[in-house]
Amino acid sequence: MDFLSYLINGLGLGSVYAIIALGYTMVYGIAKMLNFAHGDVIMVGAYVAFFAISNLGLPLLPAVLLSIAVCTVLGVVIERLAYKPLRAASSLSVLITAIGVSYFLQNAAQLLWSSSTKVFPSVISNGGISWNGLTVSWLTLITISVCVLVMICLVLFINRTKTGRAMRACSEDKGASTLMGINVNLMISITFAIGSGLAAIASVLLCAAYPSVFPTLGAMPGIKAFTAAVFGGIGSIPGAFLGGLLLGVIEIFAKAYISTQLSDAIVFAVLILVLLIKPTGLLGKRIREKV
Amino acid sequence: MTQNRKPVLEVRELGIDFGGLSAVNDFNMEVYEGEIAGLIGPNGAGKTTVFNMLTKVYQPTRGTILFDGEDTAKKTVVEMNHAGIARTFQNIRLFSGLSVLDNVRTGFHGRVVYSPVAAVLRLPSYRAKEREIEEKSRELLSIFGLEEEADNLASNLPYGAQRRLEIARALATGPKLLLLDEPAAGMNPQETEELMQMIRLVRDHFHTSILLIEHDMKLVMGICERITVLNYGMMLAQGTPEEIQSNPEVIKAYLGE
Repeated sequence: MDFLSYLINGLGLGSVYAIIALGYTMVYGIAKMLNFAHGDVIMVGAYVAFFAISNLGLPLLPAVLLSIAVCTVLGVVIERLAYKPLRAASSLSVLITAIGVSYFLQNAAQLLWSSSTKVFPSVISNGGISWNGLTVSWLTLITISVCVLVMICLVLFINRTKTGRAMRACSEDKGASTLMGINVNLMISITFAIGSGLAAIASVLLCAAYPSVFPTLGAMPGIKAFTAAVFGGIGSIPGAFLGGLLLGVIEIFAKAYISTQLSDAIVFAVLILVLLIKPTGLLGKRIREKV
Repeated sequence: MTQNRKPVLEVRELGIDFGGLSAVNDFNMEVYEGEIAGLIGPNGAGKTTVFNMLTKVYQPTRGTILFDGEDTAKKTVVEMNHAGIARTFQNIRLFSGLSVLDNVRTGFHGRVVYSPVAAVLRLPSYRAKEREIEEKSRELLSIFGLEEEADNLASNLPYGAQRRLEIARALATGPKLLLLDEPAAGMNPQETEELMQMIRLVRDHFHTSILLIEHDMKLVMGICERITVLNYGMMLAQGTPEEIQSNPEVIKAYLGE
């Protein structure tokens, strides 16, 4: 029973990683950049949800919607101001800029809301459902359901709508896409909007599980989710989903069976191992460099 | 004959410099409605550069491009496509990770419009528009003999089929003028023969004008009504295939003195 309970908790944690990882992987797929500020968008989402619930007294759902709205706009603004001018620059410049944006957001949060930790209100009731001695909390159930729902919607969007198709076309060849009449800048904006909106959802799920809000809140989940995206094969949407879930399960198993302190080290060791065997990640495509 | 037709494309004194180097200079040509025109010249003459200026991938340094009688100076690449210029590429640039059908569907992106809200809620308008895109795309695929390959990845197609798919994708954008950059490159004589028929069919069926760059003289002389010869970025000659074939300047440029 313990094993099953750890597995379900792992899937719950992994679901949060997966939702965040989708943001990394989609942006990488289309803009070919690692958006290291993605984790800090989560932090902003958490603060927005916190103030919406604690100060404005909004119920959970409107608070989440507000948080999604703010993060979506933030994501698009970051892209327009920081990344778009560097569209032709080397990937190193873009990477450094992304790290700069990350620090900017963390320090802006510190300035605006101080560095002291705020306690996120309890938004999801503590109970759960029990079956044969196995208890699954509501939060875990909700988290896993949200993740599956997000994944289904995203796959439908990418495969069945013309915007989704255009996004895939842009990730293959931006020049040819433009010549087919696709507005590449708009597609990149939409990608950042979706990724950041998902970050807001993840922030609320994260804060419901670990109820403290602070300016560097997004750093660790951000880096873990990035790992999950690489693990699954960066650029691949199913890869981010799989990578996120696996990472969550590995982390919980490592905590339960090996050592709480070593769990993060084990997670990253597994990543290194996977990359040694399959450098493109679990579901990553092999990219042939054009000569 | 061509004199009675309206020009789709009029290029006047077009030129572009790269750094201090003038790649194309004082280039003039027109393409008439329903015409198949050819652009030929030795390697490095600037043919693809002309295509890149016509599609605004390169911004011309000098001169004007009138498309459908309208000055295109301020238009972007996307706007040129929406205005009605589509192209294929010398080195095939399909969306190789997308299915054959999806490659053609992307061509309809700018032409079939539905709101994102309709897509999210899967409203009838979204379904109807997506069905329209799919039907038109399949129709295009069947014209190019690719209907069996619809669900395959574009990268898995044989070479000749990839070239045909590129033409189908370009046509999906609804062009008035189709630019073909070396459509017969790498094809065997039989495939080239089929391609010639296909180009004529495209002109008749889709009522588009066609401007093609090609090194295969059999193809160029066989289907082009008028030919422009480019050499060192300058226009060397212009005329019917017969005129071009007997032009001593052209023969000199191709064969040397």
